[in-house]
Amino acid sequence: MSLARRLPEVLVPALLVLATALLGLAVSSYLEGYFVNTLVKAAIVVGLYVFIGNSGVLSFGQISFVAVGAWTAGVLTVPRADKPIAMPGLAHFLVTTNVGNIASLALAAAIGGAFAFAVGLPLMRLSGLAAGIATFAVLEITNNVLNYEGLISPALNGFSSVPATTGIWQATIGCLICIAVAYAYQRTRFGRMLRATREDPAAAAAAGISIHRQRLAAFTLAGALAGFAGGLYVHLQPLAANDLFLDLTFITLAMLVVGGSGSLLGAVVGALAVNGIYTFFTAAVNTVDVFGWHLHVRAGTAQIVLGVLMLLVLILRPSGLTGGREFSLPRRRRPVADLEKARATT
Amino acid sequence: MIVGFLSLQPLTWPTFATALALGGVYALMAVGIGLVFGVLRLVNFAYGQLIMAGGFALAYGAVWNLPTWESILLCFGVVLVLSVLMDRLVFRPLRTSSPTVMLVATFAVAFLLQNIALLKFGPLSKSVGSLAQLNAPWDIFGVEIKKIAVIAVATAAGCLVLLQLLLTRTPLGLHMRAAAMDFRTARLLGVRANRVIGAAVIISGLLAATSAVFLSVQENSISSTFGLQDTIIVLAGVVVGGMNRPIPATLGGFSIGFATGILGGVLPADKTQYLTSFIFAAVIVVLLVRPNGLFTRGGGAVERA
Repeated sequence: MSLARRLPEVLVPALLVLATALLGLAVSSYLEGYFVNTLVKAAIVVGLYVFIGNSGVLSFGQISFVAVGAWTAGVLTVPRADKPIAMPGLAHFLVTTNVGNIASLALAAAIGGAFAFAVGLPLMRLSGLAAGIATFAVLEITNNVLNYEGLISPALNGFSSVPATTGIWQATIGCLICIAVAYAYQRTRFGRMLRATREDPAAAAAAGISIHRQRLAAFTLAGALAGFAGGLYVHLQPLAANDLFLDLTFITLAMLVVGGSGSLLGAVVGALAVNGIYTFFTAAVNTVDVFGWHLHVRAGTAQIVLGVLMLLVLILRPSGLTGGREFSLPRRRRPVADLEKARATT
Repeated sequence: MIVGFLSLQPLTWPTFATALALGGVYALMAVGIGLVFGVLRLVNFAYGQLIMAGGFALAYGAVWNLPTWESILLCFGVVLVLSVLMDRLVFRPLRTSSPTVMLVATFAVAFLLQNIALLKFGPLSKSVGSLAQLNAPWDIFGVEIKKIAVIAVATAAGCLVLLQLLLTRTPLGLHMRAAAMDFRTARLLGVRANRVIGAAVIISGLLAATSAVFLSVQENSISSTFGLQDTIIVLAGVVVGGMNRPIPATLGGFSIGFATGILGGVLPADKTQYLTSFIFAAVIVVLLVRPNGLFTRGGGAVERA
């Protein structure tokens, strides 16, 4: 297939993100924060897609890499002067090390990837339920240690003086980077090999593909993207870093499933659509005006709407809104012989 | 952390009894989860929300000044209705889906019910009222042991024996075991799918209600997240024990509850916050060594087609 045909596959998700960013700039500065949040969530979901979408293996551990990235970027960017008060138990080398915004994001990605590699090395041998529970265990342990261990974190104090550098542009560029990396990966032979193991593990193994190695590679890449997204997250809402646990695991999984976990487009569409709905109902707690109609709901409605939506999609359209397909332009009709040739080769 | 290990607290009889009770309750939950998994190949993440609903029923029973047995009856009623509804509305339409889709769906149900509870009952936790008196100790041979621990252990043991009799001595039990082993073949041989699944859902609901009573009394603070962490731990225990047979699943649930209880008692006070980490680290290690289950022999279950 020609490059011109392939290009929309990555351009459309990127344009959707850009459109969200422009919409965010167009609305009032009060609402802009919601759009920044949506873009950061989209970055997290794209990271989630890189592993789950390509491998077909469910992982509950992704948010632990987001958390590790958030903690890395957070601990390293709290101003030197604030550290003794905000993080009294912090290890000495972390107190003396301070980095800038971009460096903190890069380090968050590196540490997230390294942690995912270390975790994945043994765990990627597991499959099915054992893999699901084991990744869940990783999430529990990471959350537990990061929230209590004063040597590497502010423990129960929470992050307070992390510079809020994630504005609409940083979020947009970060999200675009994640999309570009995810697309580049799925087009490489590694991405294709992993997709082959998703479709038919036995056939893939018979063709000489090491399932363990390919899954580990994707897990590590997904961990790096998650760490990066976690860095974006902590620079946006440092005080909410403790939320990087079960609820976010659920919300991001819901986004991926609603959009369609089989494609990059699905991940982006799911993240933007679900976040749009979710944010709308969150904002409606303080009354929103919908074309002159004052909508007011109770706190918590957003989560309930999200849960119902997810169940409906799972029951009515299990492959998600996009059906797990990438975007492609409508084709001109071709003679039957051509079609059959195309079918034989795909 | 290493130093923490060296200053473990001494193991006392009350700790042992508490651990035994927790193990018993987790064993009941494990059977409840395992039975449904057996016939549906569905890991019910929303099991904890059944327990939460039961807890709220007890709490509201206390608010409305119902007698204890009426509260407990209310708890059983609510949990049973909810578990049948869950099966009808969500699990039945998804029966032919992949295990991953079903797992994510139960995740969604859990999230949904938890947030409905939060919206309906508010963020403050509630008490179970007079039932909490069961937390008072009994003096047994000079050792003070909570009444609830004794009752929980006795009830759990009774339930497990009854269940074992049901599974091994009745036609329904035979059908359920056959369905758990290979659903498709069992159906070919005349096992009625809906009957077996219905029975599993109801028994699992009864076990959830029983566990709800014990957990509610032990913790005595019912909020929307009640039962969630317990379910995650039990699920881990069930998978560690061996998901596809009732006995390994039960043993898995018991072991993880017992281990949690003992560790919670012997860890020094400044290390108890890492209890979760210790338990889940153990889970990972066991899964790596015995991915098919700690208490199983031979291969895994036949995938449900």
